[in-house]
Amino acid sequence: MENWSLVSICVLFGLTARWAVSLNSYSGAGKPPMFGDYEAQRHWQEVTYNLPVHEWYFNTTDNNLNYWGLDYPPLTAYHSLLCAHVAKLINPDWVELHASRGHESYGHKLFMRATVLVADLLIYIPAVVLYSFYLSEGSNKKKVCTVLCILLYPGLILIDYGHFQYNSISLGLALWGVVVLGLGWDVLGSLAFVLSLNYKQMELYHSLPFFCYLLGKCFKQGLAGRGLFLLVKIAVTVLVTFALCWLPFLSDPGQILQVVHRLFPVGRGLFEDKVANTWCSLNVLIKIKTILSTDTQLYFSLTTTLLAILPSSIKLLMKPTLWQFKLALVNSSLAFFLFSFQVHEKSILLPAFMLPLFLKDGLLVPYVVTSLAFLFFSIYLLSAFEHCSEDKLRLGPYRRLLICMPRMDLGRVTKWKFYFSITAMAGLSFMSVALAPPDQLPDLFPLLVSVFSYLHFLGLLLYFNIVQIAEPLQSVRKNQKKSN
Amino acid sequence: MATPRADDWSWFPALALGVSFLKCILINAYHSTDFEVHRNWLAITHSLPVSKWYHENTSEWTLDYPPLFAWFEYSLSHVAQHFDKEMLVVQNLIYTSPATILFQRLSVIVTDIVFIYAVKECCRSVREEKGSKDLLGHPFFILAALLLWNFGLLIVDHIHFQYNGFLFGILLLSVARHLQGRHLEGALLFTVLLNLKHIYLYIAPAYGIFLLRSYCFTKDNTDGSVRWSSFSPVRLVALGSIVISVGALSFGPFIAMGQLPQVLSRLFPFKRGLCHAYWAPNVWALYNMVDKALSVLGVRLKLLDVAKLPKASMTGGLVQEFQHSILPSVSPSITLICTLLSIMPAVLSIWCRPRGARGFLRCLVVCALGSFMFGWHVHEKAILMAILPFSILAVESREDAGIFLMLTTTGHYSLFPLLFTAAELPIKVLLMLLFTLYSFTSLKKLFRLTIGFLVTSLTKALLPRLLSLAGRAALGGVLVVPNFFHLRMMEATVFLGPSML
Repeated sequence: MENWSLVSICVLFGLTARWAVSLNSYSGAGKPPMFGDYEAQRHWQEVTYNLPVHEWYFNTTDNNLNYWGLDYPPLTAYHSLLCAHVAKLINPDWVELHASRGHESYGHKLFMRATVLVADLLIYIPAVVLYSFYLSEGSNKKKVCTVLCILLYPGLILIDYGHFQYNSISLGLALWGVVVLGLGWDVLGSLAFVLSLNYKQMELYHSLPFFCYLLGKCFKQGLAGRGLFLLVKIAVTVLVTFALCWLPFLSDPGQILQVVHRLFPVGRGLFEDKVANTWCSLNVLIKIKTILSTDTQLYFSLTTTLLAILPSSIKLLMKPTLWQFKLALVNSSLAFFLFSFQVHEKSILLPAFMLPLFLKDGLLVPYVVTSLAFLFFSIYLLSAFEHCSEDKLRLGPYRRLLICMPRMDLGRVTKWKFYFSITAMAGLSFMSVALAPPDQLPDLFPLLVSVFSYLHFLGLLLYFNIVQIAEPLQSVRKNQKKSN
Repeated sequence: MATPRADDWSWFPALALGVSFLKCILINAYHSTDFEVHRNWLAITHSLPVSKWYHENTSEWTLDYPPLFAWFEYSLSHVAQHFDKEMLVVQNLIYTSPATILFQRLSVIVTDIVFIYAVKECCRSVREEKGSKDLLGHPFFILAALLLWNFGLLIVDHIHFQYNGFLFGILLLSVARHLQGRHLEGALLFTVLLNLKHIYLYIAPAYGIFLLRSYCFTKDNTDGSVRWSSFSPVRLVALGSIVISVGALSFGPFIAMGQLPQVLSRLFPFKRGLCHAYWAPNVWALYNMVDKALSVLGVRLKLLDVAKLPKASMTGGLVQEFQHSILPSVSPSITLICTLLSIMPAVLSIWCRPRGARGFLRCLVVCALGSFMFGWHVHEKAILMAILPFSILAVESREDAGIFLMLTTTGHYSLFPLLFTAAELPIKVLLMLLFTLYSFTSLKKLFRLTIGFLVTSLTKALLPRLLSLAGRAALGGVLVVPNFFHLRMMEATVFLGPSML
């Protein structure tokens, strides 16, 4: 069968899975007075439609920032405005100032879910298809399988179509950035990424790799000639795009400061709830939140984050290839997640570790089904286990590190570790749902889940860092097999 | 997948598991009143003694399937009590706790294992030319995908809610057994099926004539006609004893209790009217439309008195009896005669010139279509009885593939009114696109169907529909006209096809 028909079938299947999940409940459904993320998005439509731009980020009588105040960059606000205009055409009650607070209805849910689907279809899904076909390797069949597996990724489906968010826009734009950079169009790539950054500030997690990759490319082309020209082009693109996105706010420095203040709520402390990062896990042993002051916490986390991404960034600067870029993206986002300030569990977009969140939203069944489906298809279609040899997993550096240990097949060790992890995750999931925690430790299960996940993330961070750094600066072989 | 070899069947569980995952995420989708019907039957069979099963009418959804299905519900109810005991209380009408929904949906998904097994057996029986093709081009792969991912079955079973996967599994298994030459097993399976849901009486003539002609007469003459001397009484007795023993197992207890008339009246409720609430696109729907059109015309032309016309609206969505205004009214016996007349040529052909199991399969499809066309109170879901078995023929012959494409597109589209909620609209559109795209591209590749051929197929399927949108408001018979003409054409082509040559 031709590629286009296979890809269309995969896309249709992905869309069906997405819409089927969206038939379930959403965050904060039927839970006044605050409701949840769904209400937040609806509220932003109400605010952006009814109030003038200079009031969007400010606390006024009409705009109470304590009730889901806008805390994403301007592109989110413009997107909400666009959705609000459509909502007004269908049913004005949905965005009526004040009166529409907490509005929940069958039609409204359909509308909101439809906005997510449209955004996904226009931005994220084309990026995935293009990525699989132009930037990944293997036969055409393998590329189609990659499309299917990426589209079935449960984290994104459950958060966007279950809990309710618009991650597909920011992730999609970032992915467009990666695809376009991979095709060699640096200026357009930086444009796409800046747009992504202006949609959700979480994309800062990916900003250093983009920066280092582009800067490294400029260096490689020679700062005296073409490199400088490229650098200037990129810098101008970035600045102009930022300016265009922030245009309504540029007239008043007070506006800019307030927006930045909303985007980076440094007053909120090192972490909230149970998150699978260093601070939350460390808090189990040492109560950091009480020992250090908020300012110290902020500087401490900033320093550790920068230290964690330093090796990967330097390596990328020195060797700006696509493969290094992809590795750096992983390393950077992991490092930011593990060490930075005020991280939410959604930032990792890994489903198993958001189980408590999904239980609260009533999304248990979709979580179980999509996770199982994704695991099964990835393993079956991408033959993950067949590639589990030492060579394919690039475990060479580990071999050198563990020179003192007895000879063992690290490939098999990895495979068994994978089985163990999956079983443990399934066990933890089951316990979280079926058992009640003991009275002295009411947060036992979420804590266990986050510590367990944290250890995995730390391990992944180390693994990917070693893989990235161990790669020789000059490629020795022309056709390196890359397991993406 | 590293290119799998043709004898490596690992792709089959992957296809089956994939569609099962899809079924699982549809658990919280809309379900129709059929959900309450089955919950009620679980309650009746669990809480009441056998003697009351066919008399119970607390709920309007009385037991109207044969006794074996009641026993099936009874066995399900034993699992149900572990999910939510309240669903088994007869008085709890329209009881839909989350546990109930989970249980019922899971029961459909789990019983689909019968369907999956049957599809596997059908795939094994498919003929194909030798020659290495890649996996996606093999007829058995295409057949597995067309059956396992059949759009109609997915939305009727897993959204609307019914147990058709289980039942069609038994039917396809029976067909597979006949294709494999294991006729007694096929007959046994069909008898069990008849005692599970009597709608399969539609295709009983095909079975009866085929088994009589090709199984009881062990040899043919050289020109293919009947060799009366080769009649084998042993085989006839074997078949007869299968039918009688299964029937006894099923109806026996009720005959012993003297409830047979009551059971039969429940099974064949002729009071329900000529057409179902949602019109199946068959002859009588067309008949109703013409009648309505004539009456409207008559009133306009002042030939008729409005006051004298029957008030009941046939498009009202109600299940009831009514009389026609101008054309003669149609009674159940007339529908029976019309049905028998329509399937007569096909049935005679497998008697006079039997073509083995494949001829039987073709006759089966014609019987299903004929009964669909002319039957009394036909549900549009009944089109699945023609589509599913025909899939087997579609992957074996070029002409059949073309007809199949038209039949499925039209048939599946006619199922759209079943899911009328706005939330499910994207799902039915997406799944329909998925199935249609797959069936067209895979069969096109398999038989090297030309673009021209496909364009004409699609046009013939879709153009009348577009035209009918204009006439929709005027006549009220929405999808009937185009669907009807296509289904009629299907029927004609199917039996005028290869089997008659």
